[in-house]
Amino acid sequence: MDLSAINPVLLIASLMVAATPLLLAAIGELVVEKAGVLNLGVEGMMIVGAIAGFATAVESGSPLLGFVAAAFAGAALSILFAILTQFAQANQVASGLSLTLFGLGLSALMGQTYVGIKPPRMGDIHLPVLSDLPVVGPILFGHDIILYFGIALTAAVWWVLKYSRLGLVLRAVGENHDAAHALGYKVLKIRLLAIMFGGACAGLGGAYISLIRVPQWTEGMTAGIGWIALALVVFASWKPWRALLGAYLFGGVTVVQLNLQAAGVAIPVEYLAMSPYLITILVLVILSADKSSAPASLGRNFHASR
Amino acid sequence: MKLTNLLTSAAVALGLAAGAAMADTTKVGFVYVGPVGDGGWTYEHDQGRKAVEAEFGDQVETVYVENVAEGPDAERVMTQMALEGADLIFTTSFGYMDPTINVAKKFPNVKFEHATGYKRADNVSTYSARFYEGRAVQGTIAGHMTESNIVGYIGSYPIPEVIRGINSAYIHAKKVNPDVQFKVVWAFTWFDPAKEADAAKVLIEQGADVILQHTDSTAPQAAAQNAGNVITFGQASDMSEYAPKPRVSSIIDNWAPYYVARTKAVIDGTWESVDTWDGIGAGMVEIGEITDAVPAEVKEAALAIKDSIANGTYHPFTGPLKKQDGSDWLAEGEVADDGTLAGMNFYVEGIEGDIPQ
Amino acid sequence: MIRLEKRPQPSRAWSMATPLVAVLATMFFGGLLFAVLGKPPVEAIRTIFWEPLFGEFSFYYRPQLLVKGAPLVLIAIGLSLGFRAGIWNIGAEGQYIMGAICGAGAGLAFYPADSFLIFPLMVVAGALGGWAWAMIPAVLKTRFGTNEILVSLMLVYVAEQFLASVSLGLLKNPEGFGFPGSRNLQSWDSAHNAELIAGTGMHWGVVAALIAVIFAYVLLNRHMTGYHIRLTGEAPRAAKFAGVNPTRLVLFCLGTSGALAGLAGLFEVSGPSGQISIDFNVGYGFTAIIVAFLGRLHPVGILLAGGLMALTYIGGDIAQSNLQLPAAAIQVFQGMLLFFLLAFDLLTNFRIAIGKPEVA
Repeated sequence: MDLSAINPVLLIASLMVAATPLLLAAIGELVVEKAGVLNLGVEGMMIVGAIAGFATAVESGSPLLGFVAAAFAGAALSILFAILTQFAQANQVASGLSLTLFGLGLSALMGQTYVGIKPPRMGDIHLPVLSDLPVVGPILFGHDIILYFGIALTAAVWWVLKYSRLGLVLRAVGENHDAAHALGYKVLKIRLLAIMFGGACAGLGGAYISLIRVPQWTEGMTAGIGWIALALVVFASWKPWRALLGAYLFGGVTVVQLNLQAAGVAIPVEYLAMSPYLITILVLVILSADKSSAPASLGRNFHASR
Repeated sequence: MKLTNLLTSAAVALGLAAGAAMADTTKVGFVYVGPVGDGGWTYEHDQGRKAVEAEFGDQVETVYVENVAEGPDAERVMTQMALEGADLIFTTSFGYMDPTINVAKKFPNVKFEHATGYKRADNVSTYSARFYEGRAVQGTIAGHMTESNIVGYIGSYPIPEVIRGINSAYIHAKKVNPDVQFKVVWAFTWFDPAKEADAAKVLIEQGADVILQHTDSTAPQAAAQNAGNVITFGQASDMSEYAPKPRVSSIIDNWAPYYVARTKAVIDGTWESVDTWDGIGAGMVEIGEITDAVPAEVKEAALAIKDSIANGTYHPFTGPLKKQDGSDWLAEGEVADDGTLAGMNFYVEGIEGDIPQ
Repeated sequence: MIRLEKRPQPSRAWSMATPLVAVLATMFFGGLLFAVLGKPPVEAIRTIFWEPLFGEFSFYYRPQLLVKGAPLVLIAIGLSLGFRAGIWNIGAEGQYIMGAICGAGAGLAFYPADSFLIFPLMVVAGALGGWAWAMIPAVLKTRFGTNEILVSLMLVYVAEQFLASVSLGLLKNPEGFGFPGSRNLQSWDSAHNAELIAGTGMHWGVVAALIAVIFAYVLLNRHMTGYHIRLTGEAPRAAKFAGVNPTRLVLFCLGTSGALAGLAGLFEVSGPSGQISIDFNVGYGFTAIIVAFLGRLHPVGILLAGGLMALTYIGGDIAQSNLQLPAAAIQVFQGMLLFFLLAFDLLTNFRIAIGKPEVA
């Protein structure tokens, strides 16, 4: 065992990268759920974003364009979910699960010709002086632009939800859609927009995996990250900064367990591999003392009867 | 055993009907555990299928089903292929072993080929590749190339196949570099590119400058490229998009010659149940081009190992070798028998850490 | 102006007709998809829906429908109880795994004994394994108010790691030459969940699924607990006044669904699958959630939905092999089917009205 082999600075820097797809998807889903909608199709939207972004980046040579395409693709897929749940009043849990199934199949069809291709690389930003600082340099100033975008998005969502009128309306719709409707808010329209925002974020998260974190395209490559993102939202009790914390924690536990393995710590590996999930449960139990509960209308469909 | 009779008679009836209709077409089925677009294990098997089609043209018809779960689904898909008149069925995952045997019992006239298993029957052959031979070549290059003397190894699950590869790579790295140390990380998944990327990064951060992988995605290659001064090896497929560096060579699963030969045997009526475990010599394990990122003398040493394995003058597991716990395994000049290799569940002396149990 | 008007009562006629309409719509759009992929659309649809039921080899596929559908129905029935009461167990996959491990483990502990008691013991152990795994989210929810969706989902991943661990260690076949995976229970009569009548696909899991359907039907319609479940789902406040004990309800619903999922795992491992292996679970626990909703959370509906899902799986594999449709196309096709089934359900509860709304 040689714990000194673990470099905490590099560990933190890489857990930030590991956490970013989770964070992006979770922030999107957080907004969706704040509007009172539970979309379990995150995994499906992520993987479609992953291939749409990958294909666009390969064809155009621009990773940034890839991310834009991924956001659009995720949003487009989420419209399907919106039609089902908001117009056709279908059950949200079942619709979301179906969306995942559909998305996994669709992405595989779209990606048939993109296996074994290397995408254009997205460079890390490099700020003179700052990026070369010891410790804080690699952690704070040495990443790709999307990672910073994720953090900025977290801040923006936090601000909008807390201080803006839009956020107020969104929360009103999520808490009590009948009352919001009575006040004259367009419940369906707001929910549609929220769902699309969630889809776009999930698409970005997927593209982060296929363009930066891995980067390659293979079928089913999101490998369950969309589900973790869903868990993260509840874990965060619908608070953006806690989602960030949760994403780092979750990404961190995985990176730490791999680090411990490489350092030769004599804990059975399968228990290390379980640890992220067990720790999440543990934190959930601790956090559930905090009674800030779910949006009251979460998962319930709205139909304007009057 | 009513169903068995029913199935057999149906198969016979169909065989007769099909025989009359298209006497010359041999139908070959492939059962895949992953999608053909996985870029690794299943992808290479499908390349083998395509080679069969290219070789025999109209003489054969190939069919495949991808993403078939191990267990009852596999059994159903094989039965279905046999019912539809397949003459030869390749089942390409270890977990298909018992289903293959079950189905083969019901269809004595259909030939089955099961990859990586150990159960055979009159109409069931087994085949596998000696990937550890390729690992010996990789280990040689790794031992020469590492400057930090730390080689990182990403494993999937601790099964004999993977453990064999680690041992073989370690033995040959150690031979050329007595100070070499292996860090093994188990991902505990067959497929999770993001986790593979993390594992590679972790190993690099802990000082590894050579990464060997027993997982199929290119994630570790990309991580190595970002890190700069790290070399890697392609796994399952060539991964030449990462050449000349970080990918300096690769192990390629090349099933095409075997699939073509076995199909030919069925066409000619000479098929027999055999247990094939081929390596570099037979071309089942290919060593991808060694790039110029490797110094010429290292490349020469690697090729020498490869050639001596290919022509049978050298076995990668040749004594004296001890097990990790210090007990004797192979005496001077003794060569490991295939039985021990097939079920290998121990590290050789010098590797640190325990195999998860 | 086209509007939706809520029906005062769900339409019985439409609730029968919508599944048919949905299947027809899927056939049409699925056919389009297959045509775009350059495959014969009519042939593909026929292969998926007709071949397993009435095709040349239907004598083989029909029993397979039972084998494939039984675990789905068994799990979905359990889940539907909780879903009706607003208790969300989405970790049935984990409970399925734990049931299989406990059941197989309990049996293998006595290998190679020959006793008619071994299989019943495994059944009990399987149910207990699933039950215990579901009790974790149940107890955390009742004790600490922890969200059961998340805990049950997280426990799926834990169970998967545990499965890998026992396949490589504790339950590894000592005669398996070091390869992962347990002994095959199919070749040990005392533990084998064999077909009750050869060639029919009827094994104990199918019987259990049918019993579960009847049990759920009676429970929901004739029993106080069923009434409490429905009341809690439809009117939580009223349920409180009616004296429903929410803690007991959570424990009952999660426990029952866990036990049924565990049973499904046990019957699978001792029968069609035969052994514990790293990749033993194939997603029945998640698919069952969809089955539960497709069946409108109604026992009979679930039975039919389970059959339909099984049909698309089996027909899909046949289409892959015969027409070389990619697996992904089948997945998209299944996704479409679910979408249409969900979307057209609208017509059961709403009617489409044209013109201005009447003043209420």
